[in-house]
Amino acid sequence: MSTTQMTQGGAAVAPAHGDDHAHHESPTPLGFWIYLMSDCLIFGTLFATYAVLGYNYAGGPSPKDLFEPGFVAIETALLLLSSVTFGMAMLRAVKSDMKGTILWLVLSGLLAVGFVAMELYEFRHLIHIGAGPTRSGFLSAFFLLVGTHGLHVTVGCIWLITLMIQLGQRGFCEANMRRLNALSVFWHFLDLIWIGVFSFVYLVRLV
Amino acid sequence: MAEHHENNTHGSMGQLMTGFVLAAILTIIPFALVMSEVEMNRTLLIGIVMVLAAVQIVVHLVYFLHVNRHAEQGWTVAGTLLSVIILAIIIVGSLWVMHNMNVNMMPEMDHSAMPVAPAEAPAAPAMDHSAMPGMDHSAMPAAPAEAPAAPAMDHSTMPGMDHSSMPGMTTTTQPASN
Repeated sequence: MSTTQMTQGGAAVAPAHGDDHAHHESPTPLGFWIYLMSDCLIFGTLFATYAVLGYNYAGGPSPKDLFEPGFVAIETALLLLSSVTFGMAMLRAVKSDMKGTILWLVLSGLLAVGFVAMELYEFRHLIHIGAGPTRSGFLSAFFLLVGTHGLHVTVGCIWLITLMIQLGQRGFCEANMRRLNALSVFWHFLDLIWIGVFSFVYLVRLV
Repeated sequence: MAEHHENNTHGSMGQLMTGFVLAAILTIIPFALVMSEVEMNRTLLIGIVMVLAAVQIVVHLVYFLHVNRHAEQGWTVAGTLLSVIILAIIIVGSLWVMHNMNVNMMPEMDHSAMPVAPAEAPAAPAMDHSAMPGMDHSAMPAAPAEAPAAPAMDHSTMPGMDHSSMPGMTTTTQPASN
């Protein structure tokens, strides 16, 4: 990586074009952050829904009948490790190490797929024992909040695959670095939301 | 140059590992507390879990998402603070409003209030319909005592009014059922 590309100290995503003047910055990082904050508000309303409806069991099962803290702990570990491995991938990408980057990205993707698989298994199990989203207000809110998070992780995995193909085609060009950075922020953000889920949806209700 | 660039965007290995260790500790503590079913005040335990979650969210913001005053001339911090404020309004407001609504809900709709006043609400509409004009109110032991409880609904005690024309009172048109 040439030093001319590294002189853009303030540029938040990718090294800027060398031929541009010094203050050129891509609007993508800030725009993507604003998108994430709006996404954060969606999750906030779903958390509020769960807070309001979370005690309406309609005579059905309560969190203590359904949730297994050990299972949630493994899900949490998968997501946190995935976040860290994505951070490793970003550190390799800055060094223009394609092999290392792809390796860490694949690992992040596998951890996230494991997380989604566990969540789907949990959903299937709950529906199977008659604790589906139609059972009570509590379960409707639970499936909506946790399902929305799982959907985000799934979309993140699809994005990861397409980005790895793009990296293979064009390498660490400016556009790919910008995309990689946006996905990195998205990935860490989903882990951040999961902190709220495992604390507020699972652990607090098992006390 | 290169170090400067890394600081602002992707962080460093040190930052990543610091964040990882802090996040792992802040995750293990609440899980251990809940899974070991430790002897502790329930409210205190919930408070600890919530506070640790809040701290871990800050750790993620700082060490993984690199939100700081310098990134994007401070606009990411501004956006984050705005969403935190809106989130607080949404969540605290929802809980507050819904709590008040539950407290003031009609007892028959609110299961938690059922033991407090089980008979009062079902008695009021039943008494209304039975108090037909021309009937002897004193013959009904429940009526005098309960009548003040629902004065606005008790149109039937007014003689000479045609009850069938009143909206919401259609059941009174069937005196035979009484």
